[in-house]
Amino acid sequence: MMEILTQPLMYGFMQRGMLASVMVGILCAVVGCYVVLRGMAYLGDAMSHAILPGVAVAYILKGEILIGALIAAIVVALGIGFFTRRGTIKEDTAIGILFAATLSLGVALISTIKTYALDLTHILFGNVLGVSDTDLILIAVLGAVVLLTIVLLYKELLVVSFDPVLAATLRLPVERLKNVLLILIALAVVVSMQTVGVGLVAAMLVTPAATAYLLTRRLPAMMVVSAALGALASIIGLYLSFYLNIVSGAAVVLTATIFFFIAYLFAPQRGLIWNVLGRRNAVASAPAE
Amino acid sequence: MLYSNSPAHLEIRNLSVSYNNGARRALENISFSVPQGMRVAVVGPNGAGKSTLFKALVGLVPIERGEIFIHDAALGAHKESERLRVAYVPQRKEVDWRFPVSVNDVVMMGRYGALGWFKRPTKRDREAVQRALVEMNISNLANYPIGELSGGQQQRVFLARALAQEPHILLMDEPFTGVDATTQEATLELLNQLKAQGVTLIVSTHDLNLAAARFDRVLLLNHSVIAYGAPAQVFTTENLIRAFGTHAMFVEGTMIVDDCCAGDAPHTLGESPALELIER
Repeated sequence: MMEILTQPLMYGFMQRGMLASVMVGILCAVVGCYVVLRGMAYLGDAMSHAILPGVAVAYILKGEILIGALIAAIVVALGIGFFTRRGTIKEDTAIGILFAATLSLGVALISTIKTYALDLTHILFGNVLGVSDTDLILIAVLGAVVLLTIVLLYKELLVVSFDPVLAATLRLPVERLKNVLLILIALAVVVSMQTVGVGLVAAMLVTPAATAYLLTRRLPAMMVVSAALGALASIIGLYLSFYLNIVSGAAVVLTATIFFFIAYLFAPQRGLIWNVLGRRNAVASAPAE
Repeated sequence: MLYSNSPAHLEIRNLSVSYNNGARRALENISFSVPQGMRVAVVGPNGAGKSTLFKALVGLVPIERGEIFIHDAALGAHKESERLRVAYVPQRKEVDWRFPVSVNDVVMMGRYGALGWFKRPTKRDREAVQRALVEMNISNLANYPIGELSGGQQQRVFLARALAQEPHILLMDEPFTGVDATTQEATLELLNQLKAQGVTLIVSTHDLNLAAARFDRVLLLNHSVIAYGAPAQVFTTENLIRAFGTHAMFVEGTMIVDDCCAGDAPHTLGESPALELIER
């Protein structure tokens, strides 16, 4: 039995892949709490596609791909903030426009690269087995920056997310804090590119956090549970990927989705079964006429 | 710290606010001044600009023309250190009540402005929160998720949060709409206490009787100021017709104001047309 668990870890690439997946799983799950609570799932999806042109440009210029992706993501994050600030364009419209534009630009740029050595499927669905030591260090550093920011700005980000009106009357810099949140999402998306790929990052942002939302009552608890679920889904997903020979990003996301369905059905108070039983009990205990 | 520890008076001069880059004028040339510790009811038909006025007062909507003076200094001209103690109690529908925070968390948010960056709440903050919870009679709900509260309890949480801010000026948007009689009475009682402490109170309401009976002054608003002063001076037949138009009518010597929906604005779901009776 233990061999099933230890055997994949005999390989160096599996060790690095596992470590990267767990870090990314935790990072996305924590940032994802804000994505879920502020209804920004669509934005997370858009941002993940927006990094494509950055990747292409970095490749063409022979620079670090992660840095290119990072710059592209931050430009798009701030671009969405810029277009919606004056209220002339609705946020989902601004996202839709930038989403499609950046994706097209990315595909256009990649198609000019004659050799196609830059594998589009690796960008779209991740290449967890190709994680290098440099990647690991970058993921760890960026992840630490994001988590530290979330801890240090906990109360400010909480007020801005729950009640921006109060935040403004408390004289907090609301727009700047919203931009900080966008940049945190951008960083999480970029870091995830290597493991789950841009096509599936949105799921890592949303699914563990949504599951944790069903199971907890306060934001700190939601973040901890979400992080645990994100890590667990990454570990289980990677083993499934190893033994069933399926794409690792898809295996991780499907595992996280199964967690979500279990919570959706069985969560105390908020779950479907709890509600159905509760209603039946209420009917049963109602006095007969 | 020139004035921030003394209660504030408020003066508004020629204030105009528009939406959509001037396409729709919400407030037109508003001027009035509120002495310290006064209770002012803001009354007018739906869409008259009551919420806009409040948002302009806390700097949430850009001012097109005019000035707002708090403590004799123009809004925006106050230094960061002279923290303006203006608390705003929004309408309950303005926040997501499914957010995973407890009653205690929400009330503590009122302290965040004074806390400063990276600082965690101190014993003093926790005590202020506790006092506010006791004051609003919800200390037994401190650890409840806000999603499990009734409408009246939600209102009390907002009021407790405003108390925790220790405001000099308190703005309340429709605190009497959709709450039970006990919460309404608790809110009015709180207004009396705050007045005694010298807090300046500005409250919007649909309830004209309440405005007449429980407030020092009434601001009758319909995009511009129709009348401002003591309730008896403001609530004249002529003024009410000017504010409410065809929604004011007379039945056997009693004036009835249907204050839902000014002009041809559609009736909003969940807001029953409030009928107000004013003795002539």
